[in-house]
Amino acid sequence: MVHFAKWQTWLTLAILVAGIIFSLPNLLTQQQADALPSWVPHNRISLGLDLQGGSHLLFQVDIDAVVRERLETAKDSLRDVLRKNSINYTGLVVANDTVTAQLADPSTRDKVQSLLQDSPIGVAVQIDDTGKIQGAFSDQDIRQLKGQIIEQSIEIVRRRIDLEGVKEPTIIRQGEDRVIVQLPGVGDPTHLQELIGKTAKMTFHLVSDAAPTPTHEKPTTVPPGTVALPSTDGGYEIIETRVILTGENLVDAQAGTHPTNGRPIVNFEFDSAGARKFARVTTDDVNRRFAIVLDNEVISAPRINEPIPGGRGFIEGQFTPQQTHDLAVELRAGALPAPLTVLEKRTVGAELGADSIATGKLASFMGLALVIVAVLICYGLFGVFTNVALMFNFVLLVAAMSLLQATLTLPGIAGMVLSLGIAVDANVLIHERIREEVRNARGPVMAIDAGYRAAFGTIADSHLTTIISSAFLLYFGSGTVKGFAVTLILGTIISLFTAVVVTRLFIVVWLRHARPQVLPI
Amino acid sequence: MYRGLHLIPHDTRIDFMRYHKVTFAFSMIMVVGSILLIAFKGLNFGVDFAGGILMEVTAPGPADLSKLRLQLTELGLGEVSLQQFGKPETVSIRLQHQNYGDQDLATVSEKLKTERKGIAKDELDRLAPVLAEQEAQQRAIKAVQTALGPTYTYDRTDFVGPKVGSELIQSAIWATVLALFGIMAYVWFRYEWQFGVNCLVALAHDCITTVGMFALIGWQFDLTTVAAVLTIAGYSVNDTVVIYDRIREELRRYKKMPLGELLSMSINRTLSRTVMTSGLTLLSVIAILFFGGEVLRGFSLAMTWGIVAGTYSTICVASPMLIYMNLRREKVGSMKPDAEKAASRP
Repeated sequence: MVHFAKWQTWLTLAILVAGIIFSLPNLLTQQQADALPSWVPHNRISLGLDLQGGSHLLFQVDIDAVVRERLETAKDSLRDVLRKNSINYTGLVVANDTVTAQLADPSTRDKVQSLLQDSPIGVAVQIDDTGKIQGAFSDQDIRQLKGQIIEQSIEIVRRRIDLEGVKEPTIIRQGEDRVIVQLPGVGDPTHLQELIGKTAKMTFHLVSDAAPTPTHEKPTTVPPGTVALPSTDGGYEIIETRVILTGENLVDAQAGTHPTNGRPIVNFEFDSAGARKFARVTTDDVNRRFAIVLDNEVISAPRINEPIPGGRGFIEGQFTPQQTHDLAVELRAGALPAPLTVLEKRTVGAELGADSIATGKLASFMGLALVIVAVLICYGLFGVFTNVALMFNFVLLVAAMSLLQATLTLPGIAGMVLSLGIAVDANVLIHERIREEVRNARGPVMAIDAGYRAAFGTIADSHLTTIISSAFLLYFGSGTVKGFAVTLILGTIISLFTAVVVTRLFIVVWLRHARPQVLPI
Repeated sequence: MYRGLHLIPHDTRIDFMRYHKVTFAFSMIMVVGSILLIAFKGLNFGVDFAGGILMEVTAPGPADLSKLRLQLTELGLGEVSLQQFGKPETVSIRLQHQNYGDQDLATVSEKLKTERKGIAKDELDRLAPVLAEQEAQQRAIKAVQTALGPTYTYDRTDFVGPKVGSELIQSAIWATVLALFGIMAYVWFRYEWQFGVNCLVALAHDCITTVGMFALIGWQFDLTTVAAVLTIAGYSVNDTVVIYDRIREELRRYKKMPLGELLSMSINRTLSRTVMTSGLTLLSVIAILFFGGEVLRGFSLAMTWGIVAGTYSTICVASPMLIYMNLRREKVGSMKPDAEKAASRP
């Protein structure tokens, strides 16, 4: 334990120097760090929301709504299939997450089954001997659907936030059906919360042939397969429920003005599949009206005057320029597959964040100063070695966190201070062991060797248990607690290195040069 | 040359075993008392766990709490608890989770109807209560902001839904229990099962009495406190492992010494280290307590208590209990010593 090979010495020194270099960018401001040439380390520890100010929102994704919606679609498809083939049925409804219907003639069962095989309606269908049809999602379908919806939601929330120009937002999934959104520097998230929460679901339908003109009163009955939706001008349109195209087919949407009358419009462009479909519909259904529906409201229902082959068009409605801008943003970002509701909202003002940094720094430095003085008093020269190692412990921790781009939170600062305590403990263990060995009348070299040997097992055990408990925190804890665990784990690993390697190196070098007869401990 | 301070003379021989029945009884009382306190007095859950609204505001001048309380109570938002912290200007305002009223429901339904015209009735019935609840929280925050006026600044506004709160409690309990068993498994693996079980008992002792302490004094119990409790567990196990290491070493060296005497000797021989480490860690925690500001106060208080309790439980619970655990000494004694393992490492 008192022998260091040359390469070990150099490796240790290299790690310490690297630690200093990689921790240095933290002394710079962001602008200065950005101005550095790319080959210089410029990663800095990023500050958590509690330190720099900002908003934290936890959204619940209403997946049930989507499931219900899909079931409604399945119901419509089932009706279409049965109608087209003139099969009589009764009681087609969606209840208890199941589409049910009763065949008038149970003997048509096989025919229906084969028909549904050819044109599946999106759910697994079972028909029993009495002709009762039941269609529902399998558990696997639901799981898959959930995963899909969450991922889609995250993507769209990200796009909307990006379009609003918030810097470095964090958007992550939590659990099965939740999304966490963190917005650094946003002091009042109300506007963003509203923008994020809008579904902005856009669909294109044909206006029903049976009622080609808008009505003023909401019709009491509508033909099957159609629905009456309010339109922006105050009336109602009866449209086919069949969706021709959705907002997902859009590749671009821009606010603009009408080429002839100069009114605010939104220009849009479909992707190639959408363009083909759009071209076909505009060719087949020339002279019919075409409804553009946003969140269950008809915003425009222009007449198709001629086939539109290029997949481009515009939406003209009762818009102000601001509304066309917002609509374009929402369309570009895409529709949320499911409504979002806020479960948790935390906002920290930038000033409080700055205060927290200041007090956290003060606490850390005071803690460090107190410990340094106490260690000096208790261990004299060996205390000096320990203190230098403690400094490196701090520097290496900062360097590691910068390299890993870890986020520093207030509990994280507490974790740093605690890891400092653990580093101190490791040194105390070693020094006390060396003292014991000195009392057992061993010479300086032997005492240090035996002291380190005996202490090593203990230090390894105590550090490992700390790492184990922090790992549980990291895995099960939530946001800020995680920050605490990360710093504690890093700090403990580094403490193992500084206590067992760095202080030992100092002591060994000192032993070689001073050749003491008695250890000053 | 200066040899440093020897706080504990190396020939200290305190008979720790002599009073172990007293300390066991004391610990039992503490644990049972803590459980009773937690069960009957309950914990002062923070917004994290209880749900509700927490606002931290800075007044333009020194805040007049009684006037503020009057002002806010008039808003009819249920129980309002006010607390001054840090500077005389800073006040934390805690509101309970707001139940939505007919008014909120009406506002939200109206909004839903205009925003999503033609919304189906059942969809409306389902969405409206959820949104009304949010509306109620927003309304309460707005009401406080209006009542306080524009001269106040809002440093922090937290809203935690009741569902999230109870989930956070659950995950916190799970994290703690799993961490404790993880530590036990590790100690079992490194030593003998008796050590692992004792370690678990000592850790549970520390965690329960810490939580009991919070119940007794009525400090706010939140996520940071849970972090503190887990840190205490980590610190205490560190302490325990150090002494167990020594006990194992002495078991190998003195094969014939009576167990009680041996345990006492092991504790004495590590006493200097125990005092030094606890003292130094306490120093850094006390620094957080005094300089870390209000946000870290709960954490540092818990840690201060935990360091004392952890040291006590190691010396007075975890070690003496080994007497009763039917330790098979020949087995422990025959284990390969650590020193050899360490030496065989490169």
